[in-house]
Amino acid sequence: MTRRLSAGQRLVLALPFLWLSLFFLAPFLIVAKIALSEGALGIPPYAPVLRWTDEGLLTIVLNLGNLATLVSDPFYLDAYLRSLRVAAISGVLCLVIGYPMAYAIARAPQHRRNLLLMLVVLPFWTSFLLRVMAWIGLLADNGVVNNLLLAAGVVSQPIPLLYTDFALYAGIVYCYLPFMVLPLYATLSKLDPVLLEAAADLGARPWHAFLTVTLPLSLPGIIAGFMLVFIPAVGEFVIPELLGGPGAQLIGRVLWMEFFINRDWPMAAALAIVLLLLLVIPIAWFQHVQGRASR
Amino acid sequence: MSRGMGRLALFLGVGYAFLYIPIALLVVLSFNDSRLITAWSGLSFRWYVALWNNERLIEAALLSVRIAAVAATGATAIGMAAGFALARFGAFRGRGLFGAMVAAPLVMPEVITGLSLLLLFVALAESIGWPGERGVSTVTIAHITFATAYVAVVVQSRLTDFDRSLEEAALDLGARPWKVFLLITLPLIAPALASGWLLAFTLSLDDLVIASFTSGPGASTLPMVIFSALRLGLTPELFALATVIIVVVSAGLLVALKLGRVASARVGG
Repeated sequence: MTRRLSAGQRLVLALPFLWLSLFFLAPFLIVAKIALSEGALGIPPYAPVLRWTDEGLLTIVLNLGNLATLVSDPFYLDAYLRSLRVAAISGVLCLVIGYPMAYAIARAPQHRRNLLLMLVVLPFWTSFLLRVMAWIGLLADNGVVNNLLLAAGVVSQPIPLLYTDFALYAGIVYCYLPFMVLPLYATLSKLDPVLLEAAADLGARPWHAFLTVTLPLSLPGIIAGFMLVFIPAVGEFVIPELLGGPGAQLIGRVLWMEFFINRDWPMAAALAIVLLLLLVIPIAWFQHVQGRASR
Repeated sequence: MSRGMGRLALFLGVGYAFLYIPIALLVVLSFNDSRLITAWSGLSFRWYVALWNNERLIEAALLSVRIAAVAATGATAIGMAAGFALARFGAFRGRGLFGAMVAAPLVMPEVITGLSLLLLFVALAESIGWPGERGVSTVTIAHITFATAYVAVVVQSRLTDFDRSLEEAALDLGARPWKVFLLITLPLIAPALASGWLLAFTLSLDDLVIASFTSGPGASTLPMVIFSALRLGLTPELFALATVIIVVVSAGLLVALKLGRVASARVGG
C-alpha cells in the first residue's frame, strides 16, 4: 500500500534522497561502466566506453576482457573463495564467542546491563588501526606471547604467530565482535523469561529448553550479527594486510593492489562489481531481517 | 542455576579479557623506556614527548578532527531527515529503494565504497570540472555519505520506540507540523542525534580505506599516516598515541553517559 506524500514530507525526503542517489547509487553505475572499459595509459587510466568513431558515429565500446580474466584466472577466483571462507569462519567464531557473552549480559541484573554492554562497545570507539597494532605487539616474534612462552620454557625459539591465518582470524574476530554481541543482546534481552520457566515446568532440562526455545527465538539476532560480521569481512583490507601472511590474498587486498599499485582501474572496478554481485544476496537478506526488526 | 550463572560469568570474563588485554598492552608499552617491544626497561614518558613533537602526526590528527567534525554534522542533518522519513512517512512510493540506499552503507565493504566514490569524483571532474583537486572536501563528502546510514538507523529506532501521543495531541490542538517537530520531536530525539553525531565523528576519525581512495596529495588523515608508519614497523610513539585516544574516548563516553542520564531524567524517560 503506497501513499502520496505531502509537499513538506517530500522536502524532508529530498535531501537524503538526492545525496544518497548522487554519492551512493550513481557511483555504482560508474564503477560498472569503468569495469567494462579498457585500460589505457593516461589520467584517468581507462578508455571511454562511449566513443566517436572516425565517421562521426557514437559507438559503445564494451570490453568484457576484465570480467573474463576474473572468471578464468585462478588467482582472482581463489581470492574470492578464500575471502568468502575467511569471512564465514570469522562469522562463526564471533558467534561462538559472542553468543555466551550476549546471553550473560541479557541475564545480568538490570542495573548492570548498560555498563556491561558499554564495555563491549568501548573498544570499538578507540582507533581500529591501533587495536590491530596491539595484535602485532602481541603476536610478533619478539612480541608478548612469544616472550611469555620463551620465559616459561614452553618453546625454545619463537613460534611464528604473526602473518599467519591465526593472526588473521584473531584480528577479524577481535575487531568485529561488538557487531555480533549487540544484535544478539537486542533479541535475547527481549526474550520473555516466562517461556523458559514454562519449558522448565513442563520438564525440559535447561539445555533442551535452550535449544528448543531460546536458540530459535534468537535466530533474527544470529542472522543480523552474522551478516554484520560476514559482509564487511569479505572485503576487509586492513587486517589481512597487517596481520595476515603473504598467502592471505583476500579480495579487498587484491582490489587495493590492482588500484594503488598496478593502477589498473578497470580491473579494480571489475573486481568491485563481482564482489558486489556476490554480496547482493547476503545484503538483501540483512535488509530484510533489519526491516522486519524495525517495523 | 547458580552453576549456570557461574559459567555465564566465566564466559563474560573470558570475553572481556579478549577485548581488553590488547588494549592494556598498548597502554603499558607506551610507558616503556625501550624502543623495542621485547622487554620492559623502565617507566618513561619519553614517547609522549616524542608524540607531542611529531608534527606530521599532530597535523594529521588536527586535519582528521576537522574533517570528522564537519562530516559528523553533515551526516547528522541528512541522517536525521532519512531516519525521520523511514520512521514516519509510512509506505510511500520509493520507500524500498530509499530504505536500501540508507541501510546498504552499513554493511558495504569499504573498498567498494571508496573505489566507487573515487570513480564518481573523477567522472565529475571530467564532465563538470569539480572537484578540481581531491583532498579534504572529497574525503568529507565520502564520510558524510557512509556515516549518514548510522545516524539514520539510530534516529529511526529512537522514533519507532517513543510514544506518539504528544505529537498527535499538539497536531490536534492545531500546531503546524514543523512546529511540532521543533518543539516536541526534536527534543525527544536529541539524545539519539547526539549519539549519532558521536558515532559519525568516530567513524570518520577512524576510517583508512575510504579516505585513502578519495583523498589526494597534501591531505593525509591520521589513519593514513598511522598506516604508513605501521608498514615500517611498530613505534612506541604509536602506543602513546593509542593511549591518548583511549583516555580521551573513555572520558568522553563517561561524560556522555552522565549527560545522557541527566537528559533522560529531565524528559522523564
